[in-house]
Amino acid sequence: MRPFDYERATDVAQAVTLVAERPEARFLGGGTNLVDLVRRGVETPDRLIDVTGLPLTEVEATQDGGVRVGAVVTNADLAHHPLVRSHYPLLSQAVLAGASGQLRTMATVGGNLLQRTRCPYFTDLTMACNKRVPGSGCAAREGFTRYAAVLGTSEQCIAAHASDMAVALAALDARVELTSAHRVREVAVTDLYRLPGETPHLETVVSRGELITAVVLPPPPRGPSRYRKVRDRASYAFALVSVAAVLGVEDGRVTTLRLGLGGIAPKPWRAAAAETLLVGSEPTDEAFSAAIDLELVDAKPLPGNAFKIDLTRRTVVAVLRRLRDEAVTT
Amino acid sequence: MTDLVAPPVARPVHLVVNGVPTTLEIEPRVSLLDAIREHLHLTGTKKGCNQGACGACTVLVDGRRIVSCLALAVQYEGREVTTIEGVGPHPLQDAFVRFDGLQCGYCTPGQICSAIGMLTEHDGGAPSAVSDDVASPAALTRNEIRERMSGNLCRCGAYNGIVDAIESVGGKSG
Repeated sequence: MRPFDYERATDVAQAVTLVAERPEARFLGGGTNLVDLVRRGVETPDRLIDVTGLPLTEVEATQDGGVRVGAVVTNADLAHHPLVRSHYPLLSQAVLAGASGQLRTMATVGGNLLQRTRCPYFTDLTMACNKRVPGSGCAAREGFTRYAAVLGTSEQCIAAHASDMAVALAALDARVELTSAHRVREVAVTDLYRLPGETPHLETVVSRGELITAVVLPPPPRGPSRYRKVRDRASYAFALVSVAAVLGVEDGRVTTLRLGLGGIAPKPWRAAAAETLLVGSEPTDEAFSAAIDLELVDAKPLPGNAFKIDLTRRTVVAVLRRLRDEAVTT
Repeated sequence: MTDLVAPPVARPVHLVVNGVPTTLEIEPRVSLLDAIREHLHLTGTKKGCNQGACGACTVLVDGRRIVSCLALAVQYEGREVTTIEGVGPHPLQDAFVRFDGLQCGYCTPGQICSAIGMLTEHDGGAPSAVSDDVASPAALTRNEIRERMSGNLCRCGAYNGIVDAIESVGGKSG
């Protein structure tokens, strides 16, 4: 592994200053992704700023009935927290669907949001990858695409975002607090990420010297919710397709729908077109199917991942059908 | 690759390993796994994939399970690390023997450390991905054990014995 300096930050101001001093510096959370990437030579930081000692470890109820999650809360502590389990079971389910017990103990909320893609060509230094080396090409497009995205891709990049947690956060309208030396700002989780376009190496709107300091959840939406993840083995694997959904039904009509999709896009995907079509409609299987078809109309599947179109449709319909039945009986 | 700003520098890192306060002189890039195996010569903790995928390097830090291959030792300054050498005697060790929870044994130290951490999580009421209602405590069924132990691979395929061993101890020991 290439050598680097290590500093353990004790307050946010110090952390953002330390990282701003060096262009190759990186914040270090639990290390479950970054340490691996540094070992492989994909990331080449000259300094790591450990942020896990920062006082950002609380999960707290907010005045408006939401929850504020400190950025270095671990995935395990988030998923196991009573407030999250009772008010945002969707989020607990999504976090628990990701990685393993050991990795969830280490991984942080901020690090989870900023994890890199698991596209195998991104982590293989011998392969062309526009995300790793801009302009070098995309070996994935002609290669193994089973885990690649079908929505939001570009000619330059088809890598999918790997986070389960972020898919649930997108469905829950969560916002991300970013702190720099000069300001604190909030962006919606769905706006945190850029689509690859011509610049797949630019993945987020986070500027150098900005640190994710919290994730802020508004009050939970009304209605039953569910995170369902479809993968090649029953546990401890990345998603082929995942669905985070909240469905409210009153008087035979859909009143609320939050639909997040994972495994099929370069960012946690909020299915806004499907939501708009379904709200106000009768919650029939046909309506669910028509809504997800509309969301997928711009999908650009490749031979190796075309199965994801039908898999996404079937998973969304199955989840919404279950939630409809729960909504009607409760 | 950019040029190095400075040559690598070892620094003191203080760990309490299996109850013993220890000071290591190591570079920041040394993983906790390599610190344990190569510097402290505690070779019970195994290096399998070295990329967080197999769980063979699982240890406990302040009683919670982590994979030591993706941990930089310097991140764990002042913390209590427990390796397989420090867990015993533990009823899970006997149970793994009794229920044939191993064949070659390479994954076993990680399996046992992971199971200890897992049982502590379960005793604390933690749900899992197969818990139907995450808001309520889940009974430690075989399905729950399999899900909660999915971060530990066994290439010999001794999974049935591993589940039997953990099931025999689960609920009786933290």
